[in-house]
Amino acid sequence: MISRWFHQLGSPRYFYRFSGRLIPWLAVPCAVLMVAGLYQGLVVAPPDYQQGESYRIMFVHVPSAWMSLFIYMVMAGAGAIALIWHMKLAEVIAISSAHIGASFTFLALITGSIWGKPMWGTWWVWDARLTSELILLFLYLGVIALHNAIDDKRTAARATAILSIVGVVNIPIIHYSVEWWNTLHQGPTVTKFDAPSIDYRMLIPLLLMAVAFKLYYAVVVLMRARCELLERERNTLWVSELAESK
Amino acid sequence: MNEFFHMGGYAFYVWSSYAIALVVLVLNVLVPMRNRRRLLAAIARRARRTRRT
Repeated sequence: MISRWFHQLGSPRYFYRFSGRLIPWLAVPCAVLMVAGLYQGLVVAPPDYQQGESYRIMFVHVPSAWMSLFIYMVMAGAGAIALIWHMKLAEVIAISSAHIGASFTFLALITGSIWGKPMWGTWWVWDARLTSELILLFLYLGVIALHNAIDDKRTAARATAILSIVGVVNIPIIHYSVEWWNTLHQGPTVTKFDAPSIDYRMLIPLLLMAVAFKLYYAVVVLMRARCELLERERNTLWVSELAESK
Repeated sequence: MNEFFHMGGYAFYVWSSYAIALVVLVLNVLVPMRNRRRLLAAIARRARRTRRT
């Protein structure tokens, strides 16, 4: 039964209908968690003993940075599925993810820069963490540019899949950069094997925001995927019927 | 309340971060909404035109 459902989901028409119904069920918890996370992070959490109130930038910076890596893995994974099984839906998810991933990478870089100015005294340094994250942004932009440069969508999907799979090498570099090299960027406080070295009143809003961002990504990637599907399927009967019923 | 917006002197840094994040997140929702509307309108226009000929 599950394999039949999976097969159905691969049909653009079914996916379009199913995702349309799914979006509100993701969007509402996303909004609730985000409001809760913002309240906990901006009002409830105490100021940091070293960084004062400025550390509150963390509640957008860290989840954005996590998402920039997570979405890249989704994009490369979907690219691999598209290459191996020629699944159209995977192609659509991959290119839709590229735009959102680029947004989150941009956010991680810009909020990090704004945090760096008062804490480090500079907007930017060429240290390993910042540089590898900047390369991630270029990888995303490269994927988008390559996709736009090729008219045939299926060829474009194959080319971008290969580019994004090659770029996966950058992901562990970003993650471990703060351990492998001496960086101005601080080390991990949450994603390490022993207990997180962060006050739970700061950890809770951080995790709330992280889950909210995951749900947000699910919502917007489905919205983008639906548009991409409509465009690819514009000559089919179900799309023209749908368009005329609006 | 004033103290909250003051952010211990870091108001510019904290609030500009949150403002930029808000703009980026909202844009990522609005762009696909607008694209879908435009796309469906274009497809419907073309479908009507082909039927007439």
